[in-house]
Amino acid sequence: MNYQAVIGLEVHVQLKTDTKIFCGCSTRFGASPNSQTCPVCLGMPGALPVLNKKVVEFAIRAGLATNCRIAPRSVFARKNYFYPDLPKGYQISQFELPICQNGHLDIEVEGEAKRIGITRIHMEEDAGKLVHSDIPGLGSSSGVDLNRACTPLLEIVSEPDIRSADEAVAYLKKLHQIVVYLGICDGNMEEGSFRCDANVSVMPVGSTTFGTRTETKNVNSFRFVKQAIEYEIERQIELIEEGGKVVQETRLFDPNTGETRSMRGKEEAHDYRYFPDPDLVPLVISNDWVADVALSLPELPEARRTRYRSELGLSDYDAEVLTATREMAEFYEQTLEKAKQVAVGFNNKFQEYKKSNPSANLLDFGQHLFAKSAANWVMGEVTRALNEAGKSIAECPVTPPRLAELLALIEKGTISGKIAKTVFDEMWSSDKTPEAIVEEKGLVQVSDTGAIEKIIDEIMAANMGQVEEFRVGKEKVFGFFVGQVMRASKGKANPAVVNELLMKKLKGE
Amino acid sequence: MELFDLTIHELHERLKKKELSSVEATRAMLARIEAVDPQVNAYITVTPEEALAAAEAADRRIAAGDIAPLTGIPIGLKDIFVTKGIRTTCASRILGNFVPPYDGTAVAKLKEAGAVIVGKLNQDEFAMGSSGESSAFGATKNPWNLECIPGGSSSGSAAAIAARTATATLGTDTGGSIRQPASHCGCVGLRPTYGRVSRYGVIAYASSLDQVGPLTRDVTDCALMLGAVAGHDPMDSTSIDTPVPDYTKALTGDVKGLKLGLPKEYYIEGLDPDVKRALDEAIETYRGLGAEFVDISLPHTDYAVATYYLIATAEASSNLARYEGVRFGHRAEGAANLIDMFRKTRAEGFGAEVKRRIMLGTYALSSGYYDAYYLKAQKVRTLIMQDFLKAFEKVDAILTPVAPTPAFRIGEKTSDPLQMYLSDIFTIPVNLAGTCGISVPAGMSGSGLPIGLQLIGRPFGEETILRAAHAFEQATAWHQRKAQL
Repeated sequence: MNYQAVIGLEVHVQLKTDTKIFCGCSTRFGASPNSQTCPVCLGMPGALPVLNKKVVEFAIRAGLATNCRIAPRSVFARKNYFYPDLPKGYQISQFELPICQNGHLDIEVEGEAKRIGITRIHMEEDAGKLVHSDIPGLGSSSGVDLNRACTPLLEIVSEPDIRSADEAVAYLKKLHQIVVYLGICDGNMEEGSFRCDANVSVMPVGSTTFGTRTETKNVNSFRFVKQAIEYEIERQIELIEEGGKVVQETRLFDPNTGETRSMRGKEEAHDYRYFPDPDLVPLVISNDWVADVALSLPELPEARRTRYRSELGLSDYDAEVLTATREMAEFYEQTLEKAKQVAVGFNNKFQEYKKSNPSANLLDFGQHLFAKSAANWVMGEVTRALNEAGKSIAECPVTPPRLAELLALIEKGTISGKIAKTVFDEMWSSDKTPEAIVEEKGLVQVSDTGAIEKIIDEIMAANMGQVEEFRVGKEKVFGFFVGQVMRASKGKANPAVVNELLMKKLKGE
Repeated sequence: MELFDLTIHELHERLKKKELSSVEATRAMLARIEAVDPQVNAYITVTPEEALAAAEAADRRIAAGDIAPLTGIPIGLKDIFVTKGIRTTCASRILGNFVPPYDGTAVAKLKEAGAVIVGKLNQDEFAMGSSGESSAFGATKNPWNLECIPGGSSSGSAAAIAARTATATLGTDTGGSIRQPASHCGCVGLRPTYGRVSRYGVIAYASSLDQVGPLTRDVTDCALMLGAVAGHDPMDSTSIDTPVPDYTKALTGDVKGLKLGLPKEYYIEGLDPDVKRALDEAIETYRGLGAEFVDISLPHTDYAVATYYLIATAEASSNLARYEGVRFGHRAEGAANLIDMFRKTRAEGFGAEVKRRIMLGTYALSSGYYDAYYLKAQKVRTLIMQDFLKAFEKVDAILTPVAPTPAFRIGEKTSDPLQMYLSDIFTIPVNLAGTCGISVPAGMSGSGLPIGLQLIGRPFGEETILRAAHAFEQATAWHQRKAQL
């Protein structure tokens, strides 16, 4: 029998607000244990929670970016259970009335588009952390670090619309990209800023009744999600084939073995006794607030990709690479924005361009002129240099305006693309403008036909044998002459001019 | 008259005129505590050193010409108020060694006003009780008759007023815990509107019902205390941002034309004859002062006690989950594992009544029972609120008994929780409706125990009930009676 997997994902997104969700303590990662706590996040008797407005704003952002309805009234609820890392004996979360509902994300797997429903997004507080080790002065014991307690989380729950591990990964990657783009999450999966629980079941192909599902907890990398889901699908199918039954349970993924194992069964499942938190009043969100947040949303990757293709004429591949992160896209756009302002220096080309684009203005033309070269440089030299230096694009020493100046020099023919790479390397390690570098090092491209002709004549005179070879049809030697001329000019000769003149002279025209 | 007999406003006049220092008043109060508290057991913790330091600071402030109504006044706090550096037990073994790192808002406001905190007062454990008997630190006795209960849960807060071991006290009222002991001990006790006083730093019993309020010798003191602690607090999301009036200005003595409602559901068969007589006389007194009476109905009154014991216990079961021995308070020895540590700690730390309410509340919230109990109770609560709002379309305040009987004897109801719960039958609806109520002395029983009357106001109608209570007090002399100790 053939089986179909049914998958739903619950993703926990840690929000990068400066302070915690219900108190003013810092959310900074890595501080010494319990140094970022107060009576509220320690669950001291008498302490009360006060909602951080920024968390609500971030939740609205996430909701809008995933096409959710933002609830005009939502309610915080207590989820009651005992655990030493949970200071109050309950977690403040949302239950019956979450802030966002009924959204969706569109994903693409192997060229096929698919819509994954989002059931809900709710806000909640994180728990603390248990530390099992040698604690100074206590020896081998367990400690509780409550720095993370009360850190804001969003839980994003998908519909069981996902049918394979690949779809799950595509959905997660897309969601990850969005929350990072929105500036609400640092996306650091190793530190647990973006983690996932996977609900998996299988059913015979063609069936409409879902099988019994298991929930695999805290899978914190895309690769592990794929492994965990694939393992779980296979395990469940095998079990059914052998005449067994899948039991509803919570399972844990072991990254060392790539397997999942049972953590607790249905009988041991908690009764969380949710009820509205009487310490917090219902959260009322006005339409105006939602509208304000909507206006402040950055352009999301999908919209950006579409625009890069249609307006800038970039290829699917280029659009994809450039929009991979918000920082990359913004770097590219800032470069292009600056570069297109020098279009005024290309009047002839502009007039030419206007013939086929009568309504175009100078800036449109500038965009047309630099869209591709800016893309090539950002994806090429810039990315290469960043990778070599182990830097992020935000730390790039060559700023978008400087890169734009470099592109303009190439376009004007002042330097060749090859020389530009030398100039770029120099810009990387100094604060000089590309013009200054070109001037200082005498790198100005020679386009003067007289000067180039002189070099060609000398080279031809010194290599008459090769000239003869060319003339009897051995056109390969053309490359030899180009190389010689470029070398003689120390790379400064304009390659286009060299090619043109050389061809003429070799053919004896 | 001894210094410890004086009211806040009497002490204030003397302090202001420099006839008396706060240190003298505080010493007198500490001596009084030492003399009579062993009989009454109103205090869990007395803080003479801190009190004298505060009194000295108050005297310096007064010398500099900076005196507020509470500056230099000796005040006691129910042990439910978190106090920085001073043990706060909530009368529970589980917090027997808990020294909080912070002051709650009401306490901070009192300190800012220059009040002198003399100690922490006994109460029912976690404010769960109507008699003061559930305290892990022993029952508080009624100063009027040491064999009787003082009422609860703010047992020490009321008994200290009657025993003259604090000039004024703060209590909390979740189902009648200020008004009922005030009635039993012959003092004035006000439960303000929900949201009027911050709950930050008040150990939670039932968060949607708890409210901080004063217990005092007379209505003027009550108005002064309320004025000092009321107000919006950004640390409490449920506190309401509405201006705090000068409540003493409301004490005009004039109730002419004031419409007082008499709910038929509160004047029931089986009301203690002494209580009934006191009420009848009070009605006559008010008539003489020109108030008008209107018969009203609060039709859902019968459901109030059941509703309260679902909502309050549900919230309590969650509020008390934090006491498991991990971060503070009692931790059981010799636990085999984590769950065992939680179990043992809570088994040893909580008393019987607290355990009973945690179990009731856990049950009411459990999967499969939530709709039938907790949710249904919330719906009834809404109906009870509507009863009051409807009544307040016709009347300015509602006059009722506080408790069905005067103080009963210690031990009389401990074996019958249901009988105990019914002693709050007239106070609980006010908490469910989230509105305000005051208890003022209105008579004495045949056996010499005080009887109070309750005035219920509309939400944020504290000025009206204070005015009505004050006019009554001026026309009678019940508040001047004194327990013999």
